[in-house]
Amino acid sequence: MSLAEESSVVSVFTEEEEESLNRRYTLWIKEALDELPHNFTITDPFLSGHPIVFASLGFLKMTGYSRAEVIGRNGKFFQGPKTNRRSIMEIREAIREERSVQVSLLNYRKSGSPFWMLFHMIPVFGRDDGKVINFVAVQVPISGRDHHRKLTSVGDDVSSLDHSEFVFGSCRREVCFGNFVQHRALPVECDDDEQGLEDWEYCEASESEKLRAVEAINNVLSVLTRYSELSGRLVCGKRYCLRGVDCLSSSLVISLGRIKQSFVLTNPCIPDMPIIYASDAFLTLTGYKRHEVLGQNCRFLSGVDTDSSVLYEMKECILKGQSCTVQILNYSNRKDKSTFWNLLHISPVRNASGKTAYFVGVQVEASCRNTESKELRPETKQLSVVGAVRVAVRSSFMVTC
Amino acid sequence: MLKIKRVPTVVSNYQKDEAADESVGCGRNCLGACCINGARLPLYACKNLEKSREKIVVSHEAEEPPVAFLESLVLGEWEDRFQRGLFRYDVTACETKVIPGKYGFVAQLNEGRHLKKRPTEFRVDKVLQSFDGSKFNFTKVGQEELLFQFEAGEDGQVQFFPCMPLDPENSFSVVAINVSPIEYGHVLLIPRVLDCLPQRIDHKSLLLAVHMAAEAANPYFRLGYNSLGAFATINHLHFQAYYLAMPFPLERAPTKKMVTTVSGVKISELLNYPVRSLLFEGGSSMQDLSDTVSDACVCLQNDNIPFNILIADCGRQIFVMPQCYAEKQALGEVSPEVLETQVNPAVWEISGHMVLKRKEDYEGASEENAWRLLAEASLSEERFKEVNTLIFEAIGCSDQEEDLEGTIVHLQIPNGGVVNQKSNRIHGGPITNGTTSECIVLQ
Repeated sequence: MSLAEESSVVSVFTEEEEESLNRRYTLWIKEALDELPHNFTITDPFLSGHPIVFASLGFLKMTGYSRAEVIGRNGKFFQGPKTNRRSIMEIREAIREERSVQVSLLNYRKSGSPFWMLFHMIPVFGRDDGKVINFVAVQVPISGRDHHRKLTSVGDDVSSLDHSEFVFGSCRREVCFGNFVQHRALPVECDDDEQGLEDWEYCEASESEKLRAVEAINNVLSVLTRYSELSGRLVCGKRYCLRGVDCLSSSLVISLGRIKQSFVLTNPCIPDMPIIYASDAFLTLTGYKRHEVLGQNCRFLSGVDTDSSVLYEMKECILKGQSCTVQILNYSNRKDKSTFWNLLHISPVRNASGKTAYFVGVQVEASCRNTESKELRPETKQLSVVGAVRVAVRSSFMVTC
Repeated sequence: MLKIKRVPTVVSNYQKDEAADESVGCGRNCLGACCINGARLPLYACKNLEKSREKIVVSHEAEEPPVAFLESLVLGEWEDRFQRGLFRYDVTACETKVIPGKYGFVAQLNEGRHLKKRPTEFRVDKVLQSFDGSKFNFTKVGQEELLFQFEAGEDGQVQFFPCMPLDPENSFSVVAINVSPIEYGHVLLIPRVLDCLPQRIDHKSLLLAVHMAAEAANPYFRLGYNSLGAFATINHLHFQAYYLAMPFPLERAPTKKMVTTVSGVKISELLNYPVRSLLFEGGSSMQDLSDTVSDACVCLQNDNIPFNILIADCGRQIFVMPQCYAEKQALGEVSPEVLETQVNPAVWEISGHMVLKRKEDYEGASEENAWRLLAEASLSEERFKEVNTLIFEAIGCSDQEEDLEGTIVHLQIPNGGVVNQKSNRIHGGPITNGTTSECIVLQ
């Protein structure tokens, strides 16, 4: 499915995505943001998929999409085959390290035509807990007009080119061989004056464009700050306190969000070993809301008929720091308040220091164990969650300061 | 003949000293004729890259991608072996950190990876050596160390068979665990394992490795390769891979484009990185990219230049790093402080992931130290330029790979040539395609 086709699909954003900003910044926030003239997006790293939860009117005009087509998408949606891989990596790393970044980026409109813009993104922190609440990204279109373009005619011998020009910091067209130009097919029709700009190595923004980006970021941030004061849950552009011990980094949350099965992370170092992370699938399986389970010990899933010897077995394993798999009767909070047999696997998970930081619990509803012959065995699937959590936790603690 | 002594990394639980008796009848559940009957493994046949290339690009970019099928398979099977105690140590219990600095080198304190054993002699002056069945090779691993079969499928769709028989008649490739992992999920990709290919790059095998990187769909899962003379331990064709959820310093280095081939593959050199390297990317298809890199590597092999390869960014970026550390070591030219760390600059080290066995090295790890160590492996500016010329020539006109088992195609020492120890060049002889100027010491 081409990019153009995909974007005509009906919007699929969730209620959580729709409500994300309202919860933090009050119901008036979207109106206030709509009054700003800039192109910008706001994402919520704590929602699965790190989706956009707000896109300004300017952004929609620039890209040609409707609001419904953009909310719920990840920022990568606007990238395409010619977007510079290094720039993509820089953005990914800034998110992972919870810091700001400014980079020129090639994006694609709904029509499929590419355009260059200066991408400037900042994290927005909760004042009280140092958590990243949102990322705000501003997009300033770049004309590239003011910059030296190096054009090479088809007949030139490549090896005689001056190789002393650096890739970064200059705006030039890529060398085109006669053959190469023929092989390359532009995916869609471009405007005449944009022809070939997909092949530009890089496109430096002018000083005034950079200043505009900074001004826009500051304006968006001050609107967010003002409305966060109204709701009593302050945000700011700087981190004022170290993230709390029980607070997961946004990058860890983003990594964990890639895992689509039901699982929880609990913290054995805090009294009563509370849940500090619960996947969307866990919430669906158990019928609880996120705020109802975070901070609670898992025992709320047990009930009258839950075998206490199984609970004891689990407790022993946790004390010894061992993995185990048990079959346990759980009580859901689903509409029918049904019970279900949970094939539960728990395992200690270490962080970069080498010490156990969490326990992961992966739930598989026993009745769902019939596998299609073309899928992974249920045991493998269950263990893959443990593996993915191990990779995420180990790496997230290694972030450079 | 140049040799160095080092303790080989144990990648399989069945790998022993050369001296130990290998010929005793089995019972080890290996891949030999003795045990292979009835053996079964899951088979993962990945999508045909050409048929599905468009789809890969779009689906990645639409959202933060969920854990892909192959990733689940690798992680799930690895965790299974982990819990069964097949690894020599728990790598997640090894302390690790990012060294402060511009590049973010990663250091790990791992005292258990390197055995306290007698070092073995490795010949380091021949990149191409024949397969030797009497030495340890991957037909001798226990089947429990194998995770699944992997092949490049014909279809535009993934095909998965949870329990496929291993058919010796039908050359199969496998993914195995590395029992001395550098990181969680460290595996080995062994193309056509029963064909017993020696450690050298060929087009089909490199393409298989690129397929795996693309299929894993995770830029933090890279594949690496060490040629003989660049710290490959085992002369049986294999690639390595593992997860590290941050960029390697090598991936962060700025690049300068040098040339674009007719198939659209862009070749750049790395700037401001301790090891002079090339980056291959682009191309009108992944096969074009892979084939261009294979052409380059075949050229290096034929010219007896040791090198490492890093396949990154889901197979979109392939780094080729020629090196000369082993030769320098054999000639006594590496500084003692660097030698003392006993860190061998193989692909992961050159990429920026340093596994340190001494606590003092870990505590004192710095970007300068890492840089200094890796710089010892780099070719000189001059030599790198020569090598690039050879490669560009080869890419322009190569149409077949080397076909002679274990022999170097060209080996000429001009009469009267003298080795200049400082620059490691033979003076007085022309640098032609195939002169091994780096590795022969004249008395």
